[in-house]
Amino acid sequence: MSTVTYAGEPVEVDSEGFLEDPAQWNEQVAAEIAVAEGIGELNDRHWMVINYMRETYLVDGAAPSIRTLGKASGVPIKELYKLFPKGPAKLAAKTAGIPKPRGCI
Amino acid sequence: MIIGSGTGGTLTANRLLREYGDQAEIVVIDGEGDHVYQPGLLFVPFGMANPQDIVRPRSKQLHDGIEFRAGEVERVETEASTVHLADGTGVGYDLLVIASGARLMPEETEGLTGPGWGENVFSFYEMGDAVALREALKQFEGGRLVVNPIEMPVKCPVAPLEFCFLLDWFLHKHGLREQSSITYVTPLDGAFTKPVASKELGDLLEKKGVSIETEFATGEVDGPKGRLVSWDEREVPFDLLVAIPVHGGAEFVSNSPGLGDDLGYVRTDAHTLQSLAAANVFAIGDATNLPTSKAGSVTHFEGETLTANIGRFFKGEELEGSFDGHANCFIETGFHKALLIDFNYEVEPLPGHYPVGRAGPLPLLRESRLNHLAKLAFQPFYWHALLPGRDIPGISADLSMAGKQPAAEKAGKAK
Repeated sequence: MSTVTYAGEPVEVDSEGFLEDPAQWNEQVAAEIAVAEGIGELNDRHWMVINYMRETYLVDGAAPSIRTLGKASGVPIKELYKLFPKGPAKLAAKTAGIPKPRGCI
Repeated sequence: MIIGSGTGGTLTANRLLREYGDQAEIVVIDGEGDHVYQPGLLFVPFGMANPQDIVRPRSKQLHDGIEFRAGEVERVETEASTVHLADGTGVGYDLLVIASGARLMPEETEGLTGPGWGENVFSFYEMGDAVALREALKQFEGGRLVVNPIEMPVKCPVAPLEFCFLLDWFLHKHGLREQSSITYVTPLDGAFTKPVASKELGDLLEKKGVSIETEFATGEVDGPKGRLVSWDEREVPFDLLVAIPVHGGAEFVSNSPGLGDDLGYVRTDAHTLQSLAAANVFAIGDATNLPTSKAGSVTHFEGETLTANIGRFFKGEELEGSFDGHANCFIETGFHKALLIDFNYEVEPLPGHYPVGRAGPLPLLRESRLNHLAKLAFQPFYWHALLPGRDIPGISADLSMAGKQPAAEKAGKAK
């Protein structure tokens, strides 16, 4: 675990940069993570996904799968890969300030 | 009332009968059919197990005094404590245990059951599929073999790896290894989810000449052209594909508002096994959304917590959060050897010995012939101890650290 600064505040992250505490997240934090991860500026489509991720996490305690994201977030899977290149499930979770999808074992 | 008569439903019913049989009426609802010893499915494609040897009648596994009711559940109305069946009947309950397992949903992946299915595209998670694959492997003359669990979670998350190891052995045995390649294609970022085991299993894949393609989210199976295509447009060519279809919970769970998560698994308290939807609904085994393996060993370990908590619930006592996520799996590695892993929510699979400290006798996270023999010898325990809901001597429901090397000692090697 280490501490990084987002939106002028210290934020605790794990070894891969996922927030340890989703409560330390806000929209400015998301915007800065997005830049750091090469996603760039967040648009409405990004926010649809990010908001869906957070809502699902806060209800279920787990991030939704990529297939669920494609069905329920309002953004099809193909587009998810354009919005969050190289792994939408992980990158959207990181930007949404929730833990890394665990891939359940 | 218990929905489902697989591992979880059967062992729960038998345990409840033994502990509370004189005070309770126990009804199990499920379709008619066979109870398959699912760990045996791994061996069917290689001719190491015959279908008839790993199957028994479902209702016969329930002890006398338990009512088996054949029927299909449409949905559960938790506010009215009623189970609605597909034939229109409603059945009330005082307490419900959902043990409906996980189901395979091959239709969720484009092309998987399309042209090529049964020709160069196979699976082994159901009896018919395992038998079809056995016939295909008999005819196989070498080429590119690809094994792909399409999405996590799957039942027995180590089975796809075991399949690779056995495939390597099978090809060697038939003199086809040199003209064949094996590729393990996974949505995960390594061979397994937990660091120490991922490293060990990754090394083992390498040692056996199995290449690994990670973070591959399969979008399409193209049988006629023999290629797997990911959502980010990567391609893996194959001559024979063994796919593990997407899994989800039972359909009735998704039809019952508030009961399940996005994949249809019952939202369940990870330690008490009570559902989050209603106090008089519990869940066990693959049907739950717990962050542990979907495996028979987990279900067995859950059985003790579940039956004790059902007793507490009826007495109006506070539930005990005693389930720790304990899982215990033999991993068949081919050439008559196997690994053993033992872990829970907090403790990842570690090297060492099991179950009695350094005395072993079974080595953890290391190949041994003894582990292989133990895996093969397990089936009678399944029918005669696990399903009847008995404890297995020397194997406790809670994980024990005795004999394990803590992660710190191995941390340098992980990842």
